[in-house]
Amino acid sequence: MIQLDKVTKQFNTANGTLTAVDNVSLSINDGEIYGIIGYSGAGKSTMIRLFNGLEKPTSGSIIVNGANITEIKGAKLRAARHKVSMVFQHFNLLWSRTVEENIAFTLEVAGVKKEQRQVKVAELIELVGLQGREKSYPSQLSGGQKQRVGIARALANEPEVLLCDEATSALDPETTDAILDLLVSINERLNITIILITHEMHVIRKICNRVAVMEEGKIVEEGDVLQVFESPKAAVTQKFVQQVIETSGQKESIKQMQEQFPDGKLIKLFFVGTATERPVITQLIRKFNVEVNIIDGNISPTKSGAYGTLIVQINGVDDDVEKAVNYLAAQGIKSEVISHD
Amino acid sequence: MTEEQGLFPHVDWQRMWEAIVETLYMTAISTVLTFIIGLALGILLFLSAPHQLWANKIVNFLTGALVNIFRSIPFIILVILLIPFTSFIMGSIRGPNAALPALIIGAAPFYARMVLIALREIDKGVIEAARSMGATTGTIIRKVLIPESLPALISGITVTSVALIGYTAMAGIIGAGGLGDLAFIDGFQRSHNDVTFVATVFVLIIVFIFQFIGDTITTKIDKR
Repeated sequence: MIQLDKVTKQFNTANGTLTAVDNVSLSINDGEIYGIIGYSGAGKSTMIRLFNGLEKPTSGSIIVNGANITEIKGAKLRAARHKVSMVFQHFNLLWSRTVEENIAFTLEVAGVKKEQRQVKVAELIELVGLQGREKSYPSQLSGGQKQRVGIARALANEPEVLLCDEATSALDPETTDAILDLLVSINERLNITIILITHEMHVIRKICNRVAVMEEGKIVEEGDVLQVFESPKAAVTQKFVQQVIETSGQKESIKQMQEQFPDGKLIKLFFVGTATERPVITQLIRKFNVEVNIIDGNISPTKSGAYGTLIVQINGVDDDVEKAVNYLAAQGIKSEVISHD
Repeated sequence: MTEEQGLFPHVDWQRMWEAIVETLYMTAISTVLTFIIGLALGILLFLSAPHQLWANKIVNFLTGALVNIFRSIPFIILVILLIPFTSFIMGSIRGPNAALPALIIGAAPFYARMVLIALREIDKGVIEAARSMGATTGTIIRKVLIPESLPALISGITVTSVALIGYTAMAGIIGAGGLGDLAFIDGFQRSHNDVTFVATVFVLIIVFIFQFIGDTITTKIDKR
């Protein structure tokens, strides 16, 4: 359990005081993947550094694994850091060390004996899938491989919490997905709590259980990923949700659709969780005297169920169309009329 | 008489050899000690700077001032200034050993600056990563700062050692021995230009050897 209570972090700059984290309280359960999303400058980089004491808060308390990170110092803080490790956007590997020496570095820091180090390093190399690259230097690795070293290194001392500082932001989409899969499997196999910060909703959608949305140092929205997807409240959250829901050019295509399908009603349907698995459209056609024309669809799988949208054209007598829409609402599917004829 | 003796009539090869050994001795010892002292000063300068692990304005200012003052004194003046100090700690102001304090005091601040530049080139993220693992400052110095800046530290000490070879020649003028001493006393004061010439050739050879060793090590250890 990780608990932040009224945490504020201010920096004194030449232009006055800057509040990077503003009165934030939240709690993160053991074993969950918790995402913090925000645009750059929202304070999330500072936020994630509060969990391992790399930044000290101006006020408030941070409890990680029962220890108050704000109060401990010196050897105690260093010992706590063995259990709260960190993965970085730019990997931050030592170029002077090979893959296995980089991983062993964490163990050296923790004072692990050489024989034990070798065993552990071999284990970790297998866990992250870097067999055969043990003797390579970071300069000989791809971005994805470097991040795998970063993750292996972070896991070396069997941490309870893994902090990911934009761990996939420097990677291409395919590598991003591979690294995210690796994080999920680590979370499941080793039961490690993962806290990650990102500016990509894709990352949140793919692996997080819960999400906090940050803007100007404050948490503006927090909750289960699916819930936040279903009904984003803050403007910034809506923007992020659109990032993954609306396929590129969907806005444009809606205009085109309105021209292309002038008859009937254009309706955007929102499916959340189990609703995506039921044959709602089939039932719709069977029960009502309407024609359904599927125009555009998009499903975003999230960790706790799918979230999707479907744009359909419903043709028929006004009364029947009305009934059909009401039926959908009764099935728990939200709809939004895009056009009337 | 061989042809060589004909070309260099005034060169006493025995004395030349002794001078080479003295120059090598002065350069080697002063390079090693300059490396150690300069490295320590450079690390202190780096870590005491604002936002660093030992951020401390007073220490940073004092170290910086010390380094800048000694780096700015022309070497030949430094040698003369240090005569009382040298005779106090070395017991004499003649011979290769007597040159060492001046060589080290002259070169270490120069090298400390190079160390500082090398350390500033290290990616801040790597130091942060080590801190996030719970590394002590000592571990960060030994396992991050020094290894990650090693190519720059070695090329820096190579440049410094070449400067030190030049300094030993200057120290020779006040009687420290070595090739500079020989070229000045035998070559210049007795107008034996062949001695000056041969001494110069050997100085150049020594410089090339040091440069070659430094460059080879730098290339070999750089895995970036």
